[in-house]
Amino acid sequence: MWTAVRMPSAGDRGRFAIEAEDLVKRFGGATALDGVSLAAPEGSVLCLLGPNGAGKTTVVRTLTTLLPPDAGRASVAGHDVVREAGRVRGAIGVTGQFTAVDDMMTGTQNLVLVARLNGFSRQAARNRAAELLDLLRLSEAAGRLVRTYSGGMRRRLDLAACLVRRPRVLFLDEPTTGLDPRSRGELWSLVLDVVAQGTTVLLTTQYLEEADRLADDVVVLDRGRVVVTGPPRRLKQRVGGRRVEFHPPDRSRAEAVARAAAALTGRPAEAEGDVVRMSLEDAAAFPDLARQLIDGGLTAGEISLGYPSLDEVFLALTGGRNPAGAFPEGATRAVRD
Amino acid sequence: MLSATEEPGPARPVRAAIGQSLTLAWRSVSRLRTVPEETVGFVLQPLIYVTLFVFLMGEAMAGDWRTYRDFALPGIAVQMVVLSTLGTGLSLNTDLEKGLFDRFRTLPIARTAPLLGAVLGDLVRYGLSLAVMAAVGAAIGFRPAGGVLGVAAAGALILLFAFSLCWIWTLLGLKARTPSGVQTLATLFLFPLAFGSSVLVATEDMPGWVRAWAAANPVTWATDAVRALLSGAPAGREVAGTLLWSALILTVFLPLAARAYRRRVR
Repeated sequence: MWTAVRMPSAGDRGRFAIEAEDLVKRFGGATALDGVSLAAPEGSVLCLLGPNGAGKTTVVRTLTTLLPPDAGRASVAGHDVVREAGRVRGAIGVTGQFTAVDDMMTGTQNLVLVARLNGFSRQAARNRAAELLDLLRLSEAAGRLVRTYSGGMRRRLDLAACLVRRPRVLFLDEPTTGLDPRSRGELWSLVLDVVAQGTTVLLTTQYLEEADRLADDVVVLDRGRVVVTGPPRRLKQRVGGRRVEFHPPDRSRAEAVARAAAALTGRPAEAEGDVVRMSLEDAAAFPDLARQLIDGGLTAGEISLGYPSLDEVFLALTGGRNPAGAFPEGATRAVRD
Repeated sequence: MLSATEEPGPARPVRAAIGQSLTLAWRSVSRLRTVPEETVGFVLQPLIYVTLFVFLMGEAMAGDWRTYRDFALPGIAVQMVVLSTLGTGLSLNTDLEKGLFDRFRTLPIARTAPLLGAVLGDLVRYGLSLAVMAAVGAAIGFRPAGGVLGVAAAGALILLFAFSLCWIWTLLGLKARTPSGVQTLATLFLFPLAFGSSVLVATEDMPGWVRAWAAANPVTWATDAVRALLSGAPAGREVAGTLLWSALILTVFLPLAARAYRRRVR
């Protein structure tokens, strides 16, 4: 299905599909963006991570030509977002936080509309719509009014509308907010498919798991500023240390194992239900710890070494300011290497 | 280098803009099929107007409903469409709330195409209402002396006038925060416009200051022009007046609406 998508040619490689320098945007007295700089190489996934009000959507609206910046400059697909807005629009696909599809039209009609606006002939528009509906597994619902679609189906249709013209850069503003875990997983694999074909993706999310799963680079935003930038792995390293986790065979031993581990390493270990967690300064200490625990009755498969989760990173980087509700239960727990 | 599929860069931008507007008008028209309640509304509206104004008020106004029919029907057609134009602002405001226009604004299309498309689509619906109105008129014995040509010219003039009015409500739809805000504001303009006119009573019967307003009112000009066209009387002055008003409204409100559209930030 994706064979038709254009791969970046040799000349494109190593260039930035998205570049922003010192973007500033004020709304009345409030500063939404306070000097945001970021860059995404062609074919990569850049993830904007941050709580509500961090400025994620404002960055997306600026990069997609919907909002001119007050200061700074940005280019997308090699075109300036202010001076060459038309050319930028010719190279991007955007899904906003609110699905931009017409409830009172069918799935097919929605895609035909977007295709026609993109200059497709009537027949080509119908073909492309059918192709995308098939790809996003919406064929059965193609003739139904979008009003009757579920949340996951609407997101998929919205994504399909972005893919009509095979964008070079795809912007997804909180694409999985409000979706159930299954729909979320489906959307992730769709995004990875698109990226595999050479499209650059910028996505915003409040879910750390999402950033961890999809992003080549993460930009952590807080109150309109970039707090830190880097690949998820490096961000986790930055917080320092490694996380060790082990599951004693039966719950009642968790406390005992935690005490033993603490005694062995001289660092605190926490028992939480049937899981024991602790951090190590140095990964080199892990084999020794593991061997001793195994000798004490744990089996090897129950011990793991990993990086801190991105939510720990976020808390560390924003000075422990974890905005209430910004990171829903489930998302915070799920990040584990 | 960029491949051709990504940079459509139409060689004839004006033609492309018109094509895009028509595509978006098709969206509006397609609702006639997918939202039957709206369609029923557009079709039944003329029946209700005619029943209300000709049969209910006719005898009281002119002593004989047939006489009043011949006087009022042209004006009722104008009034019906004038009142309907508010719908353009309402649906635009609803669309803006839903983020659909953000999609349009990030597509490589002419900036004005979404607005023009919405207005053109609505004109198709008004045309439908007018056709039903003409049929209802014929059914109750309205035989305009102007003939088919007069009816066609009158219909075209009404649609042109409606096209200009739509931009007032488009501006409101872009400025107001909610659809009910649009409705409230628009009613302030619409009622004096639609009723403070020669639609239901001749301006000569009005007290001085009302007559002054009614005589200047663009709806009066449109009504008088439609009356003249339908009756086959010389219509030059009235038609010119209506066209002048339409041009004036367009000149003021089209740029304002286009500017408001560019500035609108959800």
